[in-house]
Amino acid sequence: MRIIIVGGGKVGKALVRQLSREGHDIAVIDEKSRVITEITDNYDVLGLVGNGASYSVQKEAGVEDTDLLIAVTNADEVNLLCCLVAKKAGGCSTIARVRNPVYNSEIGFIKQELGLSLTVNPEYAAATEAARILRFPSAIKIDTFARGRAEILKFRIPEGSPLVNCTLMDISKRTGADVLVCAVQRGSHVEIPNGHFVLKAHDFISFLATPDNARAFFDGIRIKSHRVRDCMIVGGGTICYYLAQQLISNGIKVKIIEKDLDRCEELSVLLPDATIINGDATNQDVLLEEGIADYESFVSLTGIDEENVFLSLYARSLSDSKIITKIDRINFDDVIDSLNLGSIMHPKLITAEYILRYVRAKQNSIGSNVESLYSLIPDQVEALEFMIRKDSPVLGIPLSEIRVKDNVLIACITRGGRIIIPNGHSVIEPDDSVIVVTSHTGWQDIGDILKGE
Amino acid sequence: MNYGSIRRFLGIVLRFEAAFLLLPAITGLVYRETAGLSYLAAAFLCVVVGTFLSFYRADRGPFYTKEGFAGVALSWIVLSMFGALPFVFCGDIPSYTDALFETISGFTTTGASILTDVGALSHASLFWRSFTHWVGGMGVIVFILAIMPLTGGYNMHLMRAESPGPSVGKLVPKIRETAMILYKIYFGITVIEIILLLLAGMPLFDSLCLTFGTAGTGGFAVRSSGFADYTVLQQAIITVFMILFGVNFNAYYFLLLGKTWEARKEAFRMSEVKGYLGIIAFCILTITWSIRGFYDNILLAFHHAAFQVGSIITTTGYATADFNLWPQYSRSLLVLIMFIGACAGSTGGGIKVSRILLLVKSVKQEVLHFIHPRAVSTIKLDGKSVDKETVRGVNVYLAAYALIFVVSLLIITMFDDQDLETVFTAVAATLNNIGPGLAAVGPMSNYYHLLPVTKYVLMFDMLAGRLELFPMLILFVPAIWKPGRNRKRR
Repeated sequence: MRIIIVGGGKVGKALVRQLSREGHDIAVIDEKSRVITEITDNYDVLGLVGNGASYSVQKEAGVEDTDLLIAVTNADEVNLLCCLVAKKAGGCSTIARVRNPVYNSEIGFIKQELGLSLTVNPEYAAATEAARILRFPSAIKIDTFARGRAEILKFRIPEGSPLVNCTLMDISKRTGADVLVCAVQRGSHVEIPNGHFVLKAHDFISFLATPDNARAFFDGIRIKSHRVRDCMIVGGGTICYYLAQQLISNGIKVKIIEKDLDRCEELSVLLPDATIINGDATNQDVLLEEGIADYESFVSLTGIDEENVFLSLYARSLSDSKIITKIDRINFDDVIDSLNLGSIMHPKLITAEYILRYVRAKQNSIGSNVESLYSLIPDQVEALEFMIRKDSPVLGIPLSEIRVKDNVLIACITRGGRIIIPNGHSVIEPDDSVIVVTSHTGWQDIGDILKGE
Repeated sequence: MNYGSIRRFLGIVLRFEAAFLLLPAITGLVYRETAGLSYLAAAFLCVVVGTFLSFYRADRGPFYTKEGFAGVALSWIVLSMFGALPFVFCGDIPSYTDALFETISGFTTTGASILTDVGALSHASLFWRSFTHWVGGMGVIVFILAIMPLTGGYNMHLMRAESPGPSVGKLVPKIRETAMILYKIYFGITVIEIILLLLAGMPLFDSLCLTFGTAGTGGFAVRSSGFADYTVLQQAIITVFMILFGVNFNAYYFLLLGKTWEARKEAFRMSEVKGYLGIIAFCILTITWSIRGFYDNILLAFHHAAFQVGSIITTTGYATADFNLWPQYSRSLLVLIMFIGACAGSTGGGIKVSRILLLVKSVKQEVLHFIHPRAVSTIKLDGKSVDKETVRGVNVYLAAYALIFVVSLLIITMFDDQDLETVFTAVAATLNNIGPGLAAVGPMSNYYHLLPVTKYVLMFDMLAGRLELFPMLILFVPAIWKPGRNRKRR
């Protein structure tokens, strides 16, 4: 596909990185020539310096032949104008990042009238992800497939868990739940395991299960899986507002600690049911006084990554609560992973993934069969959901007889709304949707799992 | 510097060279010459060494700007070193220094020759000499980028190091497609020229070799008599194509692949192309006037003026006339346009018209600053403002250029006792990738009589000129040779 990306910030860069790896033709537009130089130095894309909302600049980027324009500059108005111009000039699909809550409340109208295909609100998307994790705190990360019927959950095995030294084959026996482990991350090493793989403490495992089985699994290994009752949030920004709103509507008690008095007053108007504390959370006394140790969950959402890391580490030292840490910077994630900060949330990556999901769905209509794609372990392991067509090469063959590439796992088959965790005798039929976990990237069709002849 | 990835890259380059060397081997087969075997042997050697380099302790580690620049410079050196071998193997050029000079001159599309009698060479060697022009013209690495799916984003560093011009951009988002488009255009125009020359009655071998020389703006002749044997029509065809290959290839891209007339017109709006054609027209007309007394009629004078101007400004270096004997005005003008060179993004060498345009504009801006000290202005090219980095790059380029020029001049005069005109034009003709200079290295002489040290300095100048100075200069910075010792294996 030909894609134009306007704005080369963190989200723009994450999109460029992933989409260029998947082989799309990409043009990036940004007003700063340094940003463009950095991107074109590192990725095989066309860079243009200029105002992305300008017709002549878009024309130079080839808007007439483009399939999709993604506007992710930091100004909502520019993004909307970019999309409007592109729509009129090239008739392509358009995606805009719109983050201002004022526009967000009337987003339906904007989307409809400007003919946008998708709008993304990074703060809202991040808040939704955080809320999902808090509703199911045993997992670090949850991705849903097959319209919510299957989930892939990421979870870290604690010291002394019944899972330690357990082979994957025995998991069902020990827990009484039907789950399938798709990927195991041990240190910086990632493996797509087979049944004889032995788990160790501190492994990150990603497993696929139906929501009921996931609950049963956590019960089986004696980890509480009920949702949290209360939550302490540090930093009263936009993400905090959306998150608190969602948590309160789910009946979770929320306490917000925010430095700025004016913002506290705003929040108290917006969120009458939340407890708003005006204080500096980097002061330990404030946290202790507000009872940090008694909360079941702790979310650090300040604007400074380092502060968030400190706060989360401190919370970890006081209690076993569920912790979510917001990190804006995308690099150094291997260092951050080693810190035991609970769930790490990269708002920029969440936004990028949200957009990528749309791009894939769009590609679906022009040849590719990828229904959805999730990155289980960034850059290393992906889970893809394929729609099976009638001419697919994998039909009717028992899975044990299909010659698949190394590091490929057929994790789940959905047939007529029923979830099947497959074994060697399972057979793929037309109109199934199949979830494949793999360390390969850039696949377009279920046929790609097959070994080349 | 990451030696592993550079080694791997050099291995790839050498295996490509092996493929190139098969062509003269085939030529040898057609003409039943034993020289063909030498080319086969050289190709075999390239495969062996290339495979060894690619697989012995090679890794795909980080590849940044410095690796890109050093990698390109080293691959041109390695290419030339191996490309020179068959000349020695088959005895056409017994001295390795001379063979190396000839090969570098070929790959860098200079066309300066150490051969006293071109006609004595085997057909295989003649073909290889001219073919190096064709490959070197658009660039070996661009060729590799077009063919090989090299993964990772580092390709741009390679392309930038090899392509001429103040700022290297892409035509389409993917580098491989950009390289492919450039080579398609290049190949297309080459084929058209070969066909036209054949129609004009030139033998096949000559049309192939001369077209390769024209396309790469190289300039090796294939006959001892130079161009005297060819008809005026054949020479005129070559004139036109020399000038065409000096045009920025982006212009052809707009012209051929533009969807609307509006888009196609873009090609004629490029100020670089306008400037280039303007300079050519001015030079041809004034030189015609200046040499009108040397030829029977003014049309013939125009023909020779056009051929020489086209040959020098595109840095090809073919000669139909001994311009060494022309009036002083014509000789001076020819030396001046040696420096200007062709357009950026073409196969020609020299400083490039776009750099000259930017320089003239920045001089104008500076003068205006004296009149209005508080004036704020930006330099514009084709209606777009040129960022300060680019302008600074052009100024630095000129300074580095002058520096290399002066140092070369000093080293040569220190060891080799030649007159100033010879040395000056020899350096100018090699640094700008033209070929013939004036006086003792004029169009009807050659570089054979120079000392080895002079030849090595000129070889460096040729490589520096073709790769636009910096890739070659970077090899002299000690810091880039530092291997990463403490790196953890991941």
